[in-house]
Parts: sequence; structure tokens; C-alpha cells
Amino acid sequence: MDFLRPATWEEALAMKAARPDATPIQGGTDVMVEINLDKGRPAALLDLNPVAELAGWAWTEDAAPMLRVGAGVTYARLIAELGGRLPGLAQASRTVGSPQIRNRGTLAGNLGAASPAGDGHPPLLASGALVEAVSVRGTRLIPIAEFYTGVKRNALEADELIRAVHVPPATGPQYFAKIGTRNAMVIAVCSFAIALRPGERRVGTGIGSAAPTPRRAYAAEEFLAEELDWDGRGPLDPALARRFGELVAEAASPIDDVRGQAAYRRHALGVMARRALGWAWTDHTAGRAGGASEGTGLSL
Amino acid sequence: MRVNVSVNGQAMTADDVWEGESLLYVLRERLGLPGAKNACEQGECGSCTVYLDGITVCACLVAAGQAEGREVVTVEGLPSVSIATAVAAGTAVSAVSAGVSPGVLTGDTAGDTAGDTAGDTAGVSMGVSVGAEPVSGDGLDEVQRCFVEAGAVQCGFCTPGLVVQAHSLIARASGVPQDAEIREALAGNLCRCTGYEKILDAVRLAAARALAGNGAAPGSSPLVPPGQGGSRD
Repeated sequence: MDFLRPATWEEALAMKAARPDATPIQGGTDVMVEINLDKGRPAALLDLNPVAELAGWAWTEDAAPMLRVGAGVTYARLIAELGGRLPGLAQASRTVGSPQIRNRGTLAGNLGAASPAGDGHPPLLASGALVEAVSVRGTRLIPIAEFYTGVKRNALEADELIRAVHVPPATGPQYFAKIGTRNAMVIAVCSFAIALRPGERRVGTGIGSAAPTPRRAYAAEEFLAEELDWDGRGPLDPALARRFGELVAEAASPIDDVRGQAAYRRHALGVMARRALGWAWTDHTAGRAGGASEGTGLSL
Repeated sequence: MRVNVSVNGQAMTADDVWEGESLLYVLRERLGLPGAKNACEQGECGSCTVYLDGITVCACLVAAGQAEGREVVTVEGLPSVSIATAVAAGTAVSAVSAGVSPGVLTGDTAGDTAGDTAGDTAGVSMGVSVGAEPVSGDGLDEVQRCFVEAGAVQCGFCTPGLVVQAHSLIARASGVPQDAEIREALAGNLCRCTGYEKILDAVRLAAARALAGNGAAPGSSPLVPPGQGGSRD
């Protein structure tokens, strides 16, 4: 095994081009587990810790500016520094592992691993993020819904590295919900994220751990966009919320595994979707941004 | 490969390190520091918790090469770092590095300024081992002393990780943390003896003493008596 230590981003790209078999390592919270437990042995580790520019975030210069979250930004920093702009993502980040894990783990690592159970994926799907993939050949922005290509597979080419994730700031209430056996150190049995965008009269969704890849519930999104009484600001129609839950559950294709049964996952997704919509709609009708001030992830 | 790392304030070098080796293995097997414990090797148990550049991490999940040139403090090094000093230094570091206080959960105070590329927002500076005077005759850090006094140690295997993680919580806390905060901070540290009540007692005691000025005088009654959380053992 080789240990590659680029000092700059350009060096990192050159090394990845020369060694497409190298596994990038940032927080190591996933990569090192594989090595420690001898589940896989990469030909080389490409340590991105020394590339200081990855550890920052900034606004993009788009017409509608997005937050460009560098690949080295840890969950702990994302929560502390960006929780107000990206409440759904911050809620999900708070449910990742433990403080020690959140001190090291990164959103980009979640994307690189592309586990269907990664907590970062549903809120990224719900808010329509873009993955900035870079190689010596150039830069491309991959829409998040096209990024996941299979179980632990993503759209990155062998010579590409994730530079950053571009996430639109919340324009309405956002919530994340997750089922697990306890409140910490839990890999999701299933998870769900919702983002209301009242200005566009659109709804974003993300389903985690209930299909080969994280995915959106398109039919459920369309249904809500049409049926919600955006201007009325009245209470949520229970029948509408129930139908939304059903559509989200239908969008999943879960399996039975050690963490849960397919039927349970589908049922739980419907319940989470219905409740998350309820919380978001309550915030919307009260004129609150929603989710921003939650101290912890929401448990059900 | 060779790895150069500062451990507990001392420059150390490990040779013949395998590229896939963890920082934990280097500390325990190459540098003679067995304080951090090796249990799950997957970040689930917290037994190997150490400070890396002032932030607590699972040493089993840090590749040894990633520690090159960085500063590690293990449980063995805690007595040289006082909580009061760590709090002051940590606050100063945070204020300078990102303009955001540790623990601020809404982004409002972050404003529109971009994040600091240097990272380590909530780092606790460890560069204050000389002249800080936390060590009494027993050579223990106050958190360690409180674990002993509260009877928070059973088999002891989880203790070093818990002590380091509790140290970090107290170093960052502005007052005595609420039980919910303690539980959240220690959520990644498992005790298979399940002696959590006494562990919580120890952390409350250590936090109270840190707040009261880093160590009650011998014989004075602690603000939070050990065993207050109920004894069931």
C-alpha cells in the first residue's frame, strides 16, 4: 500500500490521475473501518487532510448563490457554521455517529462512500445539491439525483475527486427524520428528508436506506406541489398528509437485512414522511423558516 | 514509512509504519503509550479517544500518516493540560479562527463570511503544558481524579476514552453541562460494565470543580457529591 500526501489541490488531482486506484481519505471514519477490519485493502491512500483549501466553505457566484461546502468540512463544523442556512443537512449531520465521528467525518466522504444509508444524502436530494467533481481534465457539476449509481457506487470517474458540494440555502422549512435503535451511533434503518420551497411552490424529498441508492420520491413531490394550499396557510389536511406518506413509501424499494425488514422500512418511511410534512407545514403556516433552531435531530 | 508527530507535547518519530496503520496502533505499539484502548476498531466504542489538534477523535480511524506533523494528546498527557487553561485557550483559538463560538448551532452568527480554511473551529489548544498547574501530588488530571472519587471506574477499559471525551466537554462548556449535554457528548463512548450513572457523577463533579476554579481544596465539600445520581451497583 502507498500513502500519498499531496500538499495542494493541484497535486492531489495529479496524484489521482497517476494513481486512479488510490482511495481518497479525509476523516477516515469509513475508509479506516474497511482497512482495520480487513474488508478491503486499497492499493493506495490519498490523504486529503493537508489540502487546506478543502476545509473551507463559501457562497457561489451563481445568480442564486449556493453554499459551496468544501470536501474537508467536517459534520461538526457544518452543524456549527452552516446550521442556519442548511437546517435539513444540519439535522442529518447531528445524527451521524458520535461527537468523535462528527469531528472527523465529512459530507464529501459520505458521497464518496455512497452507502444507501448515509445520513447526508436525503437532505442533499431534498434541496437539489450539486457535486463538484474535479480531475486534471476539468470540473463538472453533477446533479445529486444523478450522482448515486448503485449500492456504494457513484458517478465519479476513476481520476476524479470531490472538491465540494454546492447546496442551495433553505428557502423554507426543512426536516430530516431517521429510524434507528438508539439516538446515537446508529446506521439508519431508513431515513427521510423534506424541503419546502414556498417561493417556487415546490417540495423536495430524499429517501435513505430504503433502496439500492438514496433517491427522491418524485410522485410525492409532484403531488404536494399541486395539492398544498400554499397561500391558505391553514392546517394540513390529514388525508393529504397520509397520501403523501403513501407516495413516499411507494417510491422506496427496500430489502430485508440485518437492520430491518422491507415491510417495516416501507411502513416507517410513510410515517416519517407524513410527520416531517406536518412539522414543515406547521413552520410554514407560522411563517418560520423551520428546523433551524432544533438542537438535535428529531427522533420519532 | 516514517511518521513524525507531537504526542503530549513531545516530538516523536515512529519508523516502519505500515501505510494502512492507524494512529491508535502507532501510539500503543510503536510509541509505548497504551492509554488509548483498542476495542472495536470501527469508531463505535470511543475507547481510543485522543485529541488530534485539540479535537477529540477515534485514534483507530485516523490513518497514522494523517497524523504527520500534528499534535496528539492522549490520556497519559492530560495531567499536563489544565481544564481552565484549555478553556481559555480553546475559546481564544475559536474566536480567531472562525468568529464562531463552539456550540453555536444556528448559522446566524456566522453571517455571510466564508468558512475558515484552516478548520478546527472548536479546537482546544494544547500548547500550554508548562507552567499550567493542574497536577497535584497524585499526578492526575482533575477529570481523572473525579472519576476515581466518584467510583466511575469498573473494569476500566472504557475509562481512558471517557476521560478524554469528558475533558473535552468540560474544556468547551461555559458552565456545568446539563445531563442531556453530557449524555450527548459521551454518546460515542461505550461502557460494557454499564456504569454510566457513576460516570455521569464524575463528569458533573469535574465540571463543577472546573467552574469553581480548577480543583476544590482538599477536605472541602465538592459542589456535586459523588453518588448523587443514585447508586445501583
